[in-house]
Amino acid sequence: MSGPSTYEPKTGFTRWLDSRLPIVRLGWDSFVDFPTPRNLNYWWTFGGVLAIFLVLQIITGVVLAMHYVPHVDYAFDSVQRIIRDVPFGWLLQSLHANGASFFFIAVYIHMFRGLYYGSYKAPRELLWILGVVIYLLMMATGFLGYTLPWGQMSFWGATVITNLFGAIPVIGQSFTEWLWGGFSVGGATLNRFFSLHYLLPFVIAGVVGLHIWALHVPGNGNPTGLDVKTKNDTLPFHPYYTVKDGFAIVAFLTIFVGFVFFYPNALGHADNSIPADALVTPSHIVPEWYYLPFYAILRAITFDIGPIDAKLGGVIAMFGSIGILFILPWLDTSPVRSMRYRPIARWFFLIFVVACLALGWCGAKNPDDIIIAMGSDAEGHATGFTVLTFAQILTAYYFAYFLVILPVLGFTEKPKKRPASIEASVLGDKAVQPAE
Amino acid sequence: MGSAVTDQNAQEPSRRDFIYIAAGGAAAVGGAMFLWPFIDQMNPAADTLALASIRFDTANVEDGQQVTVMWRGGPVFVRRRTETEVAEATSVDVSVLPDPDARNDNLPSGSPATEENRAAGNGSLLIVKGNCTHLGCVPLGEAGEYDGWYCPCHGSHYDTAGRIRRGPAPENLGVPPLSWTSETVVQIG
Repeated sequence: MSGPSTYEPKTGFTRWLDSRLPIVRLGWDSFVDFPTPRNLNYWWTFGGVLAIFLVLQIITGVVLAMHYVPHVDYAFDSVQRIIRDVPFGWLLQSLHANGASFFFIAVYIHMFRGLYYGSYKAPRELLWILGVVIYLLMMATGFLGYTLPWGQMSFWGATVITNLFGAIPVIGQSFTEWLWGGFSVGGATLNRFFSLHYLLPFVIAGVVGLHIWALHVPGNGNPTGLDVKTKNDTLPFHPYYTVKDGFAIVAFLTIFVGFVFFYPNALGHADNSIPADALVTPSHIVPEWYYLPFYAILRAITFDIGPIDAKLGGVIAMFGSIGILFILPWLDTSPVRSMRYRPIARWFFLIFVVACLALGWCGAKNPDDIIIAMGSDAEGHATGFTVLTFAQILTAYYFAYFLVILPVLGFTEKPKKRPASIEASVLGDKAVQPAE
Repeated sequence: MGSAVTDQNAQEPSRRDFIYIAAGGAAAVGGAMFLWPFIDQMNPAADTLALASIRFDTANVEDGQQVTVMWRGGPVFVRRRTETEVAEATSVDVSVLPDPDARNDNLPSGSPATEENRAAGNGSLLIVKGNCTHLGCVPLGEAGEYDGWYCPCHGSHYDTAGRIRRGPAPENLGVPPLSWTSETVVQIG
């Protein structure tokens, strides 16, 4: 997509630099003159939002690490000290903690955008896979970071999640002890989680570099899913998309700082204001909101599947629900990228989005809670349609969407007529007809 | 090696082939050996292992009382059960248990989960690890439908011998390695 470079160094120094390290040229070709489809809507602005949040998390995190003490006796107090005593510590801590949540809001919008507009299809499979790698790294980083304040939810969240690996046959127990550096979540665990929490964002930054590189080979997709054919289909990235992305970033940051300043704990959990205690489990353990759909899938498997017991089955389903995204480019058989022109698929997609949100809701509830009461059993306990049953139905739909619906629809669905070109989709009759 | 298809010696490995493979093999093995310390350092350290056993005097545990002691960073329940509770545990047929294994570190694995194989070998005392075998939460004592323990996290019910009876937990609460150093003092670990 990127044609010959249009960069022309204008001063003696930039000419000298360009013949030795063409870094200005790289920036110019990537972010100034980069030809970008002219029809990108606001769903395309979240890549820029995510870049801003990665930088924000790294900067606030580096600064917080100057005050944080990764020791079981001091970790909780040091975070309280940051919030109460360190100059502007309340702001930095709130930016970092809420920044994680908004990072995930942005990445979920970014991913659903990709799912709706078929951004994972050829020639962008690797671009998509790198994105899934980044998402996994984000999940790991978020989990490690949530352990650091060493509150009750930190401790018990870490305990529950690390115990998942105990479900692995044969090596499970020794593997979890290796993760812990002891016989339970403790001091050794906290130290290594801090070290890795500091490391992973830089790994993310590296993979983001590859993600952008892989994006700039085929160029951006677009809402029509059509390939760029002529120069009339594109606009230079700057000023058109720097301004559009900039506006979206400012709007998103406005909502973000609203939380930072006025509801700094709204997305957290009250139990994390209690110091970690290995002898008392909170009555109801929930992970951070951005893991809830996967937590619901984990708990939905309550039955043995052949030789796989329920615990291992739940772990496989949970990791499988993300792993399946890696092979999505080959599961969706439709040659039409954008669901704008797929009248049936778009409905299944809409249900998929609702199912993901509903799974999140189930993840926050007690599995035995009853949604619709229907009588009572012999012992007088109320019975009915439980959260568990609901989560099981939703989990089935989640996997069916990828394994059945998308593969089959590609063959059975009749796509709608697509516009002649990206330009025609924007300008209609006023478009310059491409020469035959 | 090389691209000469017509080379007469192509079938016969040369000294260079040998050196090439030997050097590559040495580098691979050396790399793996160098990696090992970086992996093994994550395992429990010597001081952590040194704290892996504790002693506890059970003399003050009254009938029907449960005491929680810390062992290996987690809770261990020491419970002197009442006669009714022991009788309740004894009356259960092992074949109805979700996990028929005693899960007792003092017995060979595969021993049936009978009351005798679960008890601490000192009257009605029961000593079990206090983390739910599902995902590690601490179950609540004298709760649940079988009067043993109830885990509030995901609803696992354990009976008065610490055996899983209902819920997602796959195993009975483990009995840690126990040795009686006197009439009332037990060493755990």
